[in-house]
Amino acid sequence: FPPGGVPPPLSPRRNVAKPAKLRESITPGTVLILLSGRFRGKRVVFLKQLESGLLLVTGPYKINGVPLRRINQAFVIATSTKVDVSGADVKKFNDAYFARPKTKATKSADGFFAAESQKQELSADRIADQKAVDAKILDAVKKVEFMKPYLNSRFSLSKGQQPHAMVF
Amino acid sequence: TSCSRPQTELLFHFLNMADENRRLVEAGRVCLVNFGPLVGKLVVIVNVVDGKRVLVDGPSTVNGVPRQIMPLARLSLTIIKIDIEPGSRLPTLMKAYKAADVQKQWAESSWAKGIAKKAAKTKLSDFDRFKVMVARKTRARVVNTHMKKMLKK
Repeated sequence: FPPGGVPPPLSPRRNVAKPAKLRESITPGTVLILLSGRFRGKRVVFLKQLESGLLLVTGPYKINGVPLRRINQAFVIATSTKVDVSGADVKKFNDAYFARPKTKATKSADGFFAAESQKQELSADRIADQKAVDAKILDAVKKVEFMKPYLNSRFSLSKGQQPHAMVF
Repeated sequence: TSCSRPQTELLFHFLNMADENRRLVEAGRVCLVNFGPLVGKLVVIVNVVDGKRVLVDGPSTVNGVPRQIMPLARLSLTIIKIDIEPGSRLPTLMKAYKAADVQKQWAESSWAKGIAKKAAKTKLSDFDRFKVMVARKTRARVVNTHMKKMLKK
């Protein structure tokens, strides 16, 4: 045995991944540009960061069709434009709210092919929540000129534009 | 060749002489630095060293550019000139600089305005760019509808 004693074995959970640190440029109300996924190019309003590190955003739904949704910070450009979201209550939203309900594996005769993709019907709660959150945000958006059409538009690069040289 | 090289050079020489607004490399000529760490600054030529270099001063109290030798390749001559003897020191230089009101002359020039416009454009945020786009489109609509009416007549 070495004189200092044997060091205790390292805890196997030493390298637990921590939730991503939120960029300084992203604060509640920041307009974000989504870069990937179904809503790529859309400009959305950031609400809060969830425990998993994902960002909670909303279109608002009436403006650009983006519902309350989780986004990864890595697939987002933060603009310097901010919307006042202090009126919106987002305390109840967490990762569990957005977790996909586990569907039981249907072992039918056809195997993989006949998998009935059960279209998830939008629950009334979800719609109500969306409206509640968006109501306050829409009020704030209406106060700023051009904010509504801005959030409705999609971001794209035209010739000669260089993202690294652009100010967002 | 129809025009030999010395002849074409003479031709350009005479064409340049016709322009009243010739910009000479001389003591008092205000220039814009176009290369190097001092890029974008206005400086005054204080003296000429040789065919390729000049002694230049900010003036140092105006924009912090100390008196130094600079190659002419780094300078773009402006129309502005102040009245100084070659080799004038800072107090005399400042006096002439203020008398000519170089800052005001520069700011009013379309050159300076163009630079400012370009700088403002790069600083536009995403929202600003959107607003500019909307403005362009509304203006274009007004112009085009008017054009169509005029063409119909």
